[in-house]
Amino acid sequence: MAKFTTLTSHAVPLPAENVDTDQIIPARFLKVTDKHGLGDSLFCDWRYLKDGSDNPDFVLNEAASQGAQILIAGNNFGSGSSREHAPWALVGWGFRAIISTGFADIFKSNSLKNGLLPVEVSADVYKALMEAVQLDRSTRITIDLPTQSVTGLDGLEATFPIDAFSKHCLLEGIDQLGYLLSFDEQITSYEQQRT
Amino acid sequence: MEPRTLFQKVWDEHVVVQEPDRPAVLYIDLQLIHEVTSPQAFTGLRERGLKVRRPDKTIATMDHSTPTLPKALWVIDDQAKAQLAQLESNCKEFGVELFPLGDSRNGIVHVIGPERGFTQPGKTIVCGDSHTSTHGAFGALAFGIGTSEVEHVLATQCLLQRKAKTLEVRVEGQLMPGVTAKDIILALCAEIGTGGGTGHVIEFNGSAIRGLDMEGRMTVCNMSIEAGARAGMIGPDETTFEYLKGRERVPQGADWDAAVERWSQLCTDEGAKFDKTVIIDANKLEPMITYGTNPGMGMQISEPMPTLESFDDFSQQAAFEKAMLYMDLEPGQPLLGKKIDVVFIGSCTNSRISDLRMAAGVFSGRKVADGVRTLVGPGSHDIKKQAESEGLDQIFKEAGAEWREPGCSMCIAMNGDNLEPGQYAVSTSNRNFEGRQGKGGRTFLASPLTAAAAAITGAVTDPRSLLLS
Ligand code: SF4
Repeated sequence: MAKFTTLTSHAVPLPAENVDTDQIIPARFLKVTDKHGLGDSLFCDWRYLKDGSDNPDFVLNEAASQGAQILIAGNNFGSGSSREHAPWALVGWGFRAIISTGFADIFKSNSLKNGLLPVEVSADVYKALMEAVQLDRSTRITIDLPTQSVTGLDGLEATFPIDAFSKHCLLEGIDQLGYLLSFDEQITSYEQQRT
Repeated sequence: MEPRTLFQKVWDEHVVVQEPDRPAVLYIDLQLIHEVTSPQAFTGLRERGLKVRRPDKTIATMDHSTPTLPKALWVIDDQAKAQLAQLESNCKEFGVELFPLGDSRNGIVHVIGPERGFTQPGKTIVCGDSHTSTHGAFGALAFGIGTSEVEHVLATQCLLQRKAKTLEVRVEGQLMPGVTAKDIILALCAEIGTGGGTGHVIEFNGSAIRGLDMEGRMTVCNMSIEAGARAGMIGPDETTFEYLKGRERVPQGADWDAAVERWSQLCTDEGAKFDKTVIIDANKLEPMITYGTNPGMGMQISEPMPTLESFDDFSQQAAFEKAMLYMDLEPGQPLLGKKIDVVFIGSCTNSRISDLRMAAGVFSGRKVADGVRTLVGPGSHDIKKQAESEGLDQIFKEAGAEWREPGCSMCIAMNGDNLEPGQYAVSTSNRNFEGRQGKGGRTFLASPLTAAAAAITGAVTDPRSLLLS
């Protein structure tokens, strides 16, 4: 997994609440058997018109969004299905962090395993960031994982929570399966005790 | 010892290692696999040269992208075909038992687990599928996981997990005729919203829950995830044991008695504390329906839809406006009488025999309204056989509905069954997200009774008006 330490980037504002995984990546794109190439289908039904051309009204298609690595989205982002295709598609497009006031449980867990950082902030901080970014799309935001802070606006100094283990894994680029495999002995003795 | 909740008991029993400041290493008793969320996990194993640690605790089925037309008419696109073939070869290579397309034991993953007796009280159960919460109806701790975690469990039979908080949902009283398990859970979603249960495991209890049969309990736990909770649980009781007894994969003979003895200890102790409690009065529940684009946007079927003023929060207002636009509905208007195009009765929420019996009761001696397409999809081959032996298929067909093969069908629209852009459907499935049942399609979620009533009248209808006549 790619390491995450500090990220500075302009951002894409998506003020909708409850953006579900079916919007992030519709089910018809789930027939793939690998993780790659899903970035083109990210937010597909909002992003493309009937004839397949770009929907000029959708924020991801705006010139100002290109190259952004941060998404700012409304509350309860990633609700719905457990599909890890959702973070694969977000990462595939180029996002490395999502700022919201809340994330669905499974989506959050999936994101952390793909180097995509869920940054949970208060409603006030969310509002300030959203407004600033909507007003000036070139606003650059910095997300610093070691200090768990979000900066970039004058006077804004916000922190976000993350559990110590996930933070450690992201900072070091540690993959959790390797960690789990190190408990082989304990797992074996647990299995023996129970049978 | 401190009084403990059902969740706490199952959790304690499965912690292999708990180091400070680290998630627990939690042992998993059963992993269910399907074609959509597993290919990358098996590829991961192969890349690392790992085996499936416990193939005996792993079973696989094909359900999401499988066609539901009779075999002669199967159309499977190349991508789906490749995905199904890959599941088959993965299961073979890694020694996992598979119930493939066409097998008499095949069906929707959350239907066949309980049906064959794999699902048992006190087990930890996972699947790369959010509706794994269904299995909690038996007092199991069951939740959906992502594909990376599917790989973790395949390789180690364990998961790294942080303990969730607990949310008690107490449903007291008696349901009125025409009100079903589905209405209980839609009412909860409307009450607490789709993020209301985030970070929590729900325990459902109260007299109305005790009064449900296992199929109704599965319907309730199935949609815990729509209320934001990864898992929903119900303490096992006589109803649970009665359902499981004699099923293919449950303990038999003296082992059965010992198992029941063990399972009987699982219920939440008197005095155990929940982090939160929500109380629902079953006596006051009415048939529910959703009007918007997430399962929390629901109401009693006889109510008018909300208006912008019903919401005080700006972002909720924005979400409501967006939903009304997508659904092309007028705020403040009733939904009753709204013309619909399609009815879907099926999915892991409502495709079991009691659901089909309920629907058939409405269809019996009646005809589907002109211009309405109605699909009835049993959840498994066992259910299909049972329904046919009771003549339910005949009732559906005579009414003018399509009687389909088992599978996820129009719940997820990745198998050839889908809405056309702009169409309205009343569906017994669990998600009304934009495009969930087909690009541009519009979904009203409801119970099998309400869905059947809509098929007959061609419009959103209070099912009680047909039950009484
Ligand atoms: S029926 Fe629908 S919700 Fe259930 S497993 Fe299939 S796709 Fe998922």
